[in-house]
Amino acid sequence: MRYAGIDIGSRTIKLAVIEDGRLVLSRKSLTSHDPLGTAQELMEGAAFDHLMATGYGRHLIKGHLDCPVISEITAFVLGARFFPVRCGAILDIGGQDTKAISLDTDGNLCKFEMNDRCAAGTGRFLEVMATVLGFTLEEFSAAALSAKSAVKINSMCTVFAESEVVSLTSQGADRNEVALGIHKSIVSRSAGLLKRVAPAGGNLFFAGGVALNECVRTLLEKEMCRPVFVPPDPQIVGAIGAALSASEEG
Amino acid sequence: MADYTQMWQDLGLDLKSHDALLSVLGKAYADIFLAQKNRPEGMKYFDFVMSEVHGLRIKELVDAKAEGRIIVGSYCVFVPEELVLAVDGVAVGLCAGAEFGFEAAETLLPRNTCSLIKSMFGFKLGRVCPYLESCNVVVGENTCDGKKKAYEILGPLVRDLYVMDMPQTKSEMGKKLLREEYRKFIAKLEKESGKTITPASLRKAIGTVNAKRKAMIRLNALRAADPAPISGLDALLISQIFFHDDPARFTDSVNKLCDELETRVKNHNGVVPKGTTRIIISGCPMAVPNWKVPLLIETSNAVIVGEESCVGERGTRWLTEVKGSTVDEMLDAIVDRYFNVDCAVFTPNPSRIGYVKEMAKKLHARGVVHYSLQFCQPYIMESGPVEKDLEKSGIPTLRLETDYSQEDAGQLKTRIEAFVERLKKK
Repeated sequence: MRYAGIDIGSRTIKLAVIEDGRLVLSRKSLTSHDPLGTAQELMEGAAFDHLMATGYGRHLIKGHLDCPVISEITAFVLGARFFPVRCGAILDIGGQDTKAISLDTDGNLCKFEMNDRCAAGTGRFLEVMATVLGFTLEEFSAAALSAKSAVKINSMCTVFAESEVVSLTSQGADRNEVALGIHKSIVSRSAGLLKRVAPAGGNLFFAGGVALNECVRTLLEKEMCRPVFVPPDPQIVGAIGAALSASEEG
Repeated sequence: MADYTQMWQDLGLDLKSHDALLSVLGKAYADIFLAQKNRPEGMKYFDFVMSEVHGLRIKELVDAKAEGRIIVGSYCVFVPEELVLAVDGVAVGLCAGAEFGFEAAETLLPRNTCSLIKSMFGFKLGRVCPYLESCNVVVGENTCDGKKKAYEILGPLVRDLYVMDMPQTKSEMGKKLLREEYRKFIAKLEKESGKTITPASLRKAIGTVNAKRKAMIRLNALRAADPAPISGLDALLISQIFFHDDPARFTDSVNKLCDELETRVKNHNGVVPKGTTRIIISGCPMAVPNWKVPLLIETSNAVIVGEESCVGERGTRWLTEVKGSTVDEMLDAIVDRYFNVDCAVFTPNPSRIGYVKEMAKKLHARGVVHYSLQFCQPYIMESGPVEKDLEKSGIPTLRLETDYSQEDAGQLKTRIEAFVERLKKK
């Protein structure tokens, strides 16, 4: 049996297919203005017997794709179990939201917190800030890591932070130091969510597109004082979780 | 519905906005309530009440006024209905549950004001609440800081705003204050109505309101059954109608519904399959037509089996003891009753958390959704300790903070679904 999970995120759609407990296929595509079309394209030619959807777009495709749905939170809990590391908590920073999840000793969902309604401190926030500073995402992380000190960014709101950064650079602030300040602000916000749900130690499983950012990873490890594990492809975790959930149900 | 245009015009409503409001409300009601499956027959009465919520019921108020009775409106369960009925007045809860006229409201109020208060102003400034426009007296109460200051601004906008002070602690002094405020309220009611409260009229009023609350206690107890015989949405609707329907007719209709629900329970007939995840809502009141969070919960494979809220058990679970032969002695009993209400404006407020736990146990709920309106300081502040205490007692809790807008519906849905998935695994 081949089980597929599709994770329809705000920025990226991910597909994972699992057979005999092994990941046999994984694909990604930008969500675009047409999530349903992108999802269908992504699944073209992929062979599977059961499908499960997750991500913010899971209900959008109801009626179009005949499949059950699970929330992203459960999907990440299941997806994290696929990897050979025992973790006490999961942090997922995606395109438009941040989730902090605590796990019990059996790896079951304990508590979770999400950022409130807006995209403050998410992947979208990083993207906008990188653009304001004239970096690509890769350059952005490297620039922040190269800075010796950080310029403090006070606004968490993407729109306010953008004008704050513009005014800092026009005052002559160092671009790299501003970049580090932006990364620090994202990490302190995420760490706040994590400490609320999972005050105790244990490994931290870091997933979502923002886990690709090395500077965020480094700062997070320092801030949380616990080992941070990032899977080889942190964006696919939700889709893997959905596929595993399909295998539990199927 | 009959044509009430003339009546609405006479009340000074803005007919165009009012029509728009009724059409949105009617559509939402059909989508949310009428679309539910296997509803009890007894809900037909409440469907009728809602279809006539700005029609027949308003006509009754207008007729009552013509007979020389006073209409007393309020926004809080601390305003004693017994006293209003004892001067042969009509007590009505006023509209504060819709995102209507917020732009206008924000010309008078800070943006960071809770939706309930903004809605109070929106309805007034937009001239779309026929209840408010029918009132002889509107009663305010110094509960939270938001309302307390808002009444200062609302005062000049309504015919007669009467504000009562409220204690903030469950102390002897606090109780004395409440008693004194209720005594002054009696004087106000007697002056406005031209009638005097007598032991007989007060005893009768206490009986009427007790009967109404008893019917609600009966209804809420029936929800302990699995499968749940009635949806949380329908039960919430009844709690909302509690505030503006004719008390005797309402009591009768709730009791009839309960007869039907008893049969349902006996036959294991429910609105959802047996074993559906059961949830209690605790926190801020949900005034008509605020059905946002309950709808999200009940469309996420869960059923709501209780509301620890002013529009719910916090408003109905205590009866007034029938004792004493003088108005003064009966007033003591009324003060005793209302002084139990465990609103988050009190400090400390331990009985509330105790009761949420009791509800979870007796209604066999698997988890609690703590509902706070954004900018409602008392409930938001209390939500942290409440969550900690419940989780420690093995009752999973999800804290939500939201308003009347729909912008966060997707986000809330994700959190609620994940919470229900967590409860199922338990």
